[in-house]
Order: sequence, then C-alpha cells, then structure tokens
Amino acid sequence: MGKISDAIYEIHYMDTIASKDSPIHRIHPLIKLLTAIAYIWFTVSFDKYNVAGLLTMVIYPVVVFSVSGTSFRHSVKKLRVILPIILLMGILNPFFEQTPRFTFYGIIVTNGMVSGFTLIVKGCFAVLGSYLLIATTTIESLCYALNLLHVPKILVTQILLTYRYITVLMSEANHIFEAYILRAPFQKGVHFKVWGSLLGQLLLRSIDRAGALYDSMVLRGYNGEFRYTQLRRLQWQDFAYLAAWAGAFAVLRYTDFLNMVGNLFV
Amino acid sequence: MSHNHIICDNVCFSYEKGSEVLHNISFSCGHDDAVGLIGANGVGKSTLMRILVGLEMGFTGEVTVGEIKVTKKTLPRIREKIGYVFQDSDNQLFMPTVYDDIAFAPRNYGLPPDQVDERVQHALDLVGIDYLRNKHTYKMSGGEKKMASIATILAMTPDVILMDEPSIALDPKNRRRLINILNELDHIKIIASHDLDMILETCSRVILMSGGRIIKDAPTREVLTDRELLEANGLELPFCLQGDPGEPRPFGHKH
Repeated sequence: MGKISDAIYEIHYMDTIASKDSPIHRIHPLIKLLTAIAYIWFTVSFDKYNVAGLLTMVIYPVVVFSVSGTSFRHSVKKLRVILPIILLMGILNPFFEQTPRFTFYGIIVTNGMVSGFTLIVKGCFAVLGSYLLIATTTIESLCYALNLLHVPKILVTQILLTYRYITVLMSEANHIFEAYILRAPFQKGVHFKVWGSLLGQLLLRSIDRAGALYDSMVLRGYNGEFRYTQLRRLQWQDFAYLAAWAGAFAVLRYTDFLNMVGNLFV
Repeated sequence: MSHNHIICDNVCFSYEKGSEVLHNISFSCGHDDAVGLIGANGVGKSTLMRILVGLEMGFTGEVTVGEIKVTKKTLPRIREKIGYVFQDSDNQLFMPTVYDDIAFAPRNYGLPPDQVDERVQHALDLVGIDYLRNKHTYKMSGGEKKMASIATILAMTPDVILMDEPSIALDPKNRRRLINILNELDHIKIIASHDLDMILETCSRVILMSGGRIIKDAPTREVLTDRELLEANGLELPFCLQGDPGEPRPFGHKH
C-alpha cells in the first residue's frame, strides 16, 4: 500500500535526519527539549493582537533550519497535514470578535481576524518548533532527556517502544495489503467484507512480530527498563545555547523589539 | 565436575496437552563443540533451541547450561551465557543503527560506556562489518542484517551460540562469508538448518531429529553421508555429496 509504505519511509526518514551531524544535532538533547518547550511557551504567551511581536519569533525556526541543514520543504509537507486543524482553531475567531481594529487599504480588519491570524501563526510556530526538535534529536536521545527530567520510566519506555513497534505494525499491514491487492487487481481498496479477517490477521501477525522482538530483547538482557545511550555530560556550550535562546525569546516577548530596532535607524 | 556446557536430560515439551513436540531429548555439548541440528520441517528444532534459552518453559526433564539449571529464576544468568540468532534478522534488529543494536546487550548488562564501545568494536571486527557501524538497520541488505545479527550476540561474549537457519535467504557470497565466520568462532555452536552443505562445512557433529525425537547423534560425516537415513527422515544428501548422477562429488570439489 502506497500510503503505508510512504508512512514507514517517513518514520525512517525522520530517524535518518535526526541522526545527522550538525552544531544543532550536537547540542545535548535535554537542552534542545527545554529550548523547544521555552520557544513554544513564549510563542503561545504573546498577546492575541500582537501580530508584529509574534512574527519576530520566526527567528528560532529560521536559525535552527539553516544551522541544522533540515529541509524546510519537508517540514512544510508535514505541516500541511496538521494545517487544517490549526486553521480550524482560528477560522471561527472573526465571527466571535467583530469589533473593527483598523482599516487596511479600505478593508476593515476586525479584532477576530487579527486574533484568528495570531492563533494560526502560533499553531504553525509551535508545530515547527516541535518538528525541529524531533528532526534534530533521535527518539532514544529524546527519551534519555525525558529520563533526566524524571518523567516516569514506564511512560518513557512506552513512548520508545511504541515508536519502535509502530513500524512493525505498519509493515505487517503493508504485507497483508500487498498480498490482497495482487490477487484483487480490479479493486480500488480492500472490500469491506474482508475487513474483519484482514484486521484479525494484522492483529495476530503484529502480536507475533512484537513477541519475537520482545524475545530478542529479553535474550539480550532487557528487564523492562531501557538503558539509554550514555550521552556526554552537559557542557558550557549547551548552557550557553539555552541561555541565548531563552534570553532572545524573553527580549522578543517582553520588549517592543521591532520598535527598538526601528528607532536605531530613525 | 562435568565438562559438558549444555546438558539436556530427558526433555519433553508440548504446546498443548496431549500433543508432545519434543520427546525425551537427551544430549550434551562440551567445549568447542559445533553441533548441527537437522530434521524436516516441524520436528522441533526451533522449539528445542527456544527451550535452551528459556523462551519456552514448562518442559519436563532437565536442561543445564554452564552448570546452571534452566529455571525461571536462573534465566538472566543463562541468557548471559547464550547468544541466540533468530531466523528472521528483522526480529533481531530493532534499534535504529547497527551500533545501537550491538550495544543493546552490553548496556543492559550495565557496562560503562567505554567498555560498551570496546565490545561493539570487537563484535564488528569479528564479523568484519565495521563499515556498517553507523548504518541504519532498515537500509541494510539481508546479508548485512544477518552479519549484524551475529554481531549483536557476539557483543554479549557468550559461551554458547545458537543459530536458527542462519543461511536462509543469503546469496552465495554472503553464505560463504557466514560459513567462514562460523568456522572462525571458537564458541560452542548449535546450528539448526536445512542447509546440509553448510552444516557439513561448519559442524563436527550432527543431531538428526524426527517427530520430536533424536534419531541419531553422531559425527557430521557419518550422518550426512547416510542417504538412507536422511531420506527416511525427510532430508537428502548435501548437494556437494550428490554430485553428477552416479558419481558422488568429493567435498570441497570445484569445477
């Protein structure tokens, strides 16, 4: 199935780009996680009518995209999937807040339009921030960071194993669908009459595969607790990275940065 | 003190009541033994291997590995001594890169990072796949996956290596490479396979199974040259011994 194999490819693609080497990739995962959380927190905390201030937050994705070498085009493709939900969040604002705010080339812009726009921008920035985190940090490193933050081990292990097993489930679904479609050449999809048996097959096969993987893990000493890659200790560069971004976010959030820059030239 | 590292004494096993898969299996393996486990499909070879590593419990009789009796309590210690290579490498490799997969066991056994690195490097060197060190496992060919699977268990520095159909789905070059690697490893090896030519080249002794029983336990040449015995148990002579009609080709013969 094209869509399933595409999805498997996507997961592997994210694994590949997350293990690249760049100054951003080399930052300690805990710092990258905290920076991403700070970015999202500062971004969503902007006033709903402060469009100009909010747009300055684009600096973070721009810098991280360019330094890490992550493909912007790919992130837009990913954003496309979630964009309808983001649009849905902001699209109703113009109906609720109809007070005119200003006129733009003769068009009356209402408070609702502005707040709807900022909501959409906030959503896009938050998704980009999260995307950049997983595009520059492997799932193992992320789980290691969560571990350092004392997130319950059981939860972290669940995240890690779900991520690993999801491809197992998808590849089994792919095999079943390919075997079906090769013997049903004139059908566009799977006939509803066989949905039940195919899903049953998928469940049984996935349990078998997951069981075999688990066997392989316990035979190599796995006892319910994942041992993560022992990453290097936090270094001053990591703290500097976090401090620089946190400082930049605070300046952009709590000062009228654009005005200050404008005043320098006027 | 026994010199046998693996002892199976009257082992019986069934998945369901009334249909025994293994009947009174008794054999032992000592230092440097390379044992081929052969037999037709469904005779219990894989089940026997799974019992040896404690993946199937609930058997009767006694299994001892390195003088430790296999029980639920001793499983962690048993598994530290045995490396098990799965038939399907995709079941063995679940970490994103070859390095992470090989390092999985040493990390689980609590080794410090520098020793983990040492173990991984040693395993990669033994199998000759240092070039795959940072490769993503899903991008590798079947042959590379098999070599990586072997490396994952070598990093545990096991005393015993169990392999389930190791040469399956390998092209001739990778199969030859596998045979060379197996011959270089001085561990106790138990290899379950239908590839009798490979068994002939890698094992000094063969256990022939049929219907859940051991039919013959003897030196490799003795078993694998006995056409009647093999055919009676759903097998045939290794290809290298079949030769041209009427003229058996000597082992190792090249055109």
